[in-house]
Amino acid sequence: MTVPRPAIWLLALALVLSPAAWAVEPGEMLKDPVLESRARVISKVLRCLVCQNQSIDDSNATLARDLRVLVRERLTAGDSDDQVVGFIVDRYGDFVLLDPPFKASTWLLWLGPGLLFAAGIGSTVVWFRRRRGVVETRRPLDADEERRLAALLDDGGDRNA
Amino acid sequence: MIALRPAYLIPVVGFLLLAAIFARNLYIVGIEGRQASDLPSVLVDKPAPQFSLPPISGDGKGFTRADLGGEPSLVNVWASWCPPCRIEHPVLMQLARQGVTIWGINYKDKAADAQAFLDELGDPFKAIGADRTGRTAIDWGVYGYPETFVVDAEGRVRYRHVGPIRSEDLKNKIMPLLRKLAK
Repeated sequence: MTVPRPAIWLLALALVLSPAAWAVEPGEMLKDPVLESRARVISKVLRCLVCQNQSIDDSNATLARDLRVLVRERLTAGDSDDQVVGFIVDRYGDFVLLDPPFKASTWLLWLGPGLLFAAGIGSTVVWFRRRRGVVETRRPLDADEERRLAALLDDGGDRNA
Repeated sequence: MIALRPAYLIPVVGFLLLAAIFARNLYIVGIEGRQASDLPSVLVDKPAPQFSLPPISGDGKGFTRADLGGEPSLVNVWASWCPPCRIEHPVLMQLARQGVTIWGINYKDKAADAQAFLDELGDPFKAIGADRTGRTAIDWGVYGYPETFVVDAEGRVRYRHVGPIRSEDLKNKIMPLLRKLAK
């Protein structure tokens, strides 16, 4: 069965626009489009503490909704973006930030992948160095070995038996 | 056969080490009674936040920040619709019988439901404040229900427990801390 192309596009559009695809409910949105867009940006960096791997902008959890409303209230009250984020961090700690700050307690989190990468590169380099060492220690055959090799190669009858 | 050099064991050891770390985090619940997803509270060792909550029903005083302090106490965030709160409730009743002061924050509940819950299972709380909007819970950094805070005589938060209090939590954490704070 072939489906006409416009139908596919319409289906895609319907899926994207369907209310279920958006956690932010129309009733939560601010009338001021500038404040609302700032709220959306802030909501995307704040973790939903119930689901823990979603931002509050994505999550349908009640707490995420309450935090979205709170973010909009603070913005309406005149807070800067940093003040709003600080307000939430004061209550829930750095964990609420999806992009955690670099500090004493998080250095391993930030540097860990780099350290692992360096260790991988380092051990690969060492491995290749050692292999090269093995190759360089090879020496040409001496006279006795040449003779034995020639004898083996001459012995064609046996080899093909 | 190829002789095994010690270097070949490095990936095996690395794998076992990682497996041990993952297993520990998966089963940490059984070992320490907490989950890897339990978050530290930023409030620990800081004064409890300001709040003033009405009672579950009627007018008058519910539970306010001024009630805290003077003696060590527990602040329990609960709701009638929260199944783990129901599981936890007998522990709170037992604590109250032992003379521990417990304050209640009733989170986003209907007055009639909250009252029915207490009528059925008992009321261990010295006073209860109704947090109908959930805003006070946010000020306390609450993200799961129930949550219990240990508050000292100066009104500072000393410990936060996420989820129902189990007898191990009482024995290992909460009771020793309350005894220490009572001195």
